Amino acid sequence: MISLHQVSKTFVTSNSRFQAVDAVSLDVGAGEIHGIIGSSGAGKSTLLRMINLLERPDEGTVIVDGEDLTSMTAKHLREARRSMGMIFQSFNLVNNRTVSGNVAIPLEMAGIPKKERSERVREYLDFVGIVDKADEYPSRLSGGQQQRVAIARALVSRPKVLLCDEPTSSLDPQTTIGILDVLKHINRTFGVTVVIVTHEMNVVTSMCTTVSVMENGSLIHTFKADKGNTISSEDLSRMTATQTGVKVGETYV
Amino acid sequence: MFDYIMQYQSEIWHAIGETFMMVGISIAAALVLGLPVGTLLYLCRKGQMYENRVLFAILNILVNVVRSFPFLLLVVFLIPFTRFVVGTAIGTLAASVPLSIMAIAYYSRLVEQSLLEVPKGVIEAASSMGASTLQMIVKFLYVEARSGLMLGLTTSTISFISYSTVMGIVGGGGIGDFAIRYGYQRFETEIMIFTIIIMLILVQAIQYTGSFMARVLDKR
Ligand SMILES: Nc1ncnc2c1ncn2[C@@H]1O[C@H](COP(=O)(O)OP(=O)(O)O)[C@@H](O)[C@H]1O
Ligand SMILES: [Mg+2]
Repeated sequence: MISLHQVSKTFVTSNSRFQAVDAVSLDVGAGEIHGIIGSSGAGKSTLLRMINLLERPDEGTVIVDGEDLTSMTAKHLREARRSMGMIFQSFNLVNNRTVSGNVAIPLEMAGIPKKERSERVREYLDFVGIVDKADEYPSRLSGGQQQRVAIARALVSRPKVLLCDEPTSSLDPQTTIGILDVLKHINRTFGVTVVIVTHEMNVVTSMCTTVSVMENGSLIHTFKADKGNTISSEDLSRMTATQTGVKVGETYV
Repeated sequence: MFDYIMQYQSEIWHAIGETFMMVGISIAAALVLGLPVGTLLYLCRKGQMYENRVLFAILNILVNVVRSFPFLLLVVFLIPFTRFVVGTAIGTLAASVPLSIMAIAYYSRLVEQSLLEVPKGVIEAASSMGASTLQMIVKFLYVEARSGLMLGLTTSTISFISYSTVMGIVGGGGIGDFAIRYGYQRFETEIMIFTIIIMLILVQAIQYTGSFMARVLDKR
C-alpha cells in the first residue's frame, strides 16, 4: 500500500544543514498497522510526513496505492491526499468550529451536498463514540475527546491510509487505551492501513503488526510479527537492545 | 447651551453623515483590498506556504511607506491619483481616496499579524486533507483568525475616524472639519467640546461593539 524508496530529507537553515532522513526504504502492506519508533529527533515525524508529501523528499520516491506522489501535479496530489487521513499529537482541530463542523470540513471541500454531509458526520462521530458532543466547541472537550474528533475528521473521507504522529503522547494511559482501541477498530472495520509514530512501547505491543526502528535518520530495523499477531514485548526489547551496533538497513524478519 | 448648539443641528448631522461616508468607504476598502493584501503578505512571508521574497518585499515596503507617510502629506501627494479615480480632488468622495489607501495599508498589516497567530498545526491538518489554497484561506485561516480580524477592523475604524478629521483641507467635511471651522476658527468653544463628545461616544461605541463581537466569535 505504501512504498518509500530511498527517500532522503535535509533541512537547510541559514547557518546549518541537517539530514533528518537518510536514504530510507520502507514497505507497508495493505491492512497492516505499522509502528515507527525511535528516540526524539530520529526523524520519525519527517518520515511519516513524507508519506503524504507534507514534507517533500529531496530524493527518492513515495508510492501510495500504486501512485507515485513525488511526480504528481499539485492538483493531483491534493486529490491523493484526500485518500489519506492524518492525526497529530496536538489534535489540530479548528477551534472556532464545532465538533461536527470540524468533521464536515473534508466533505465540504469535496463538494458533498449538505444532507449527505450531516449523515456522514453523524456516522463517523458515532463510530468514534462522541456523537453526544456534536455541537460543542473543541476547547470544551478533553484531550481524548478532541483526538476522537480528529480521528473522525480524518476518516470521514474514507481514506485507505491513516497516518498518526504520536496520537496518544499527550494523553493519560487510560485515555490512550481508548484511542488505540478506536484505531484498531478502524483497521479491522474498514481495512485502513495505519502508520503510527510513537515512543511508547505499549502502543506498539498493543496494536502494531509490523514495526520499524529509526535512529539518526536511518531505519535500522524492520520487524514483522507472526501472522495474526501483534509485535510482542520480547521482540521489541530484542530489537531495541541490539539497536546500537547493528548495521544500517539490517532487517529481522 | 443646548439651545445654542441646536441651532447648528442640521450642520452637525450633515458633518456626521460625511464622516460616516468617508469612514464607511475606508472600511469597505480595508475589507475588499486590505484583507487580500494582508493575506498575501502572510502567505509570501519567509517560511510560509508561498514564500516569495520579491513579492513580500514589494508589498511590505508599500505598506510601510503608506503607513509612515505623514497623513496630510499623503493626502496632498495623492491628489493627482484622486483626480484620476473620482474626477475631482475636492469633496467628501475625493477625500475618501487617500483615506482608503491608508486604510488598505493599515488593515493589511493587522490582517497579517492575526493570521500569523493561527497555529501551524491547523495549517498542516488542512494540507493533509488536500485543501486548495482558497480552501485553506477561507475554511481554516480566516475561521481561526476571525476574532483577531474583527479586533483589527475595530482598531482600524477608530484610526480612520481620527484620520478623517483632517479632511477639511480637501473639502472632505466631516465632524472634525466642523469642529475646526465652528469651534476653533469662530471661537465657539461649546461647539468644539460638543463635537469632541460626539467623537468620544462614537469611538467608545465602536470599540465596545468590536470587542464584544470579537469575544462572541472566539471559541478557542
Ligand atoms: N522544518 C524543519 N526545519 C529544520 N529542521 C527540522 C525541521 N523539521 C524537523 N527538523 C529536524 O529534523 C530532526 C528530526 O525531526 P523529527 O522528524 O521531527 O524527529 P522525531 O519525530 O523522530 O522526533 C530534528 O533534529 C529536527 O530538529
Ligand atoms: Mg516527532
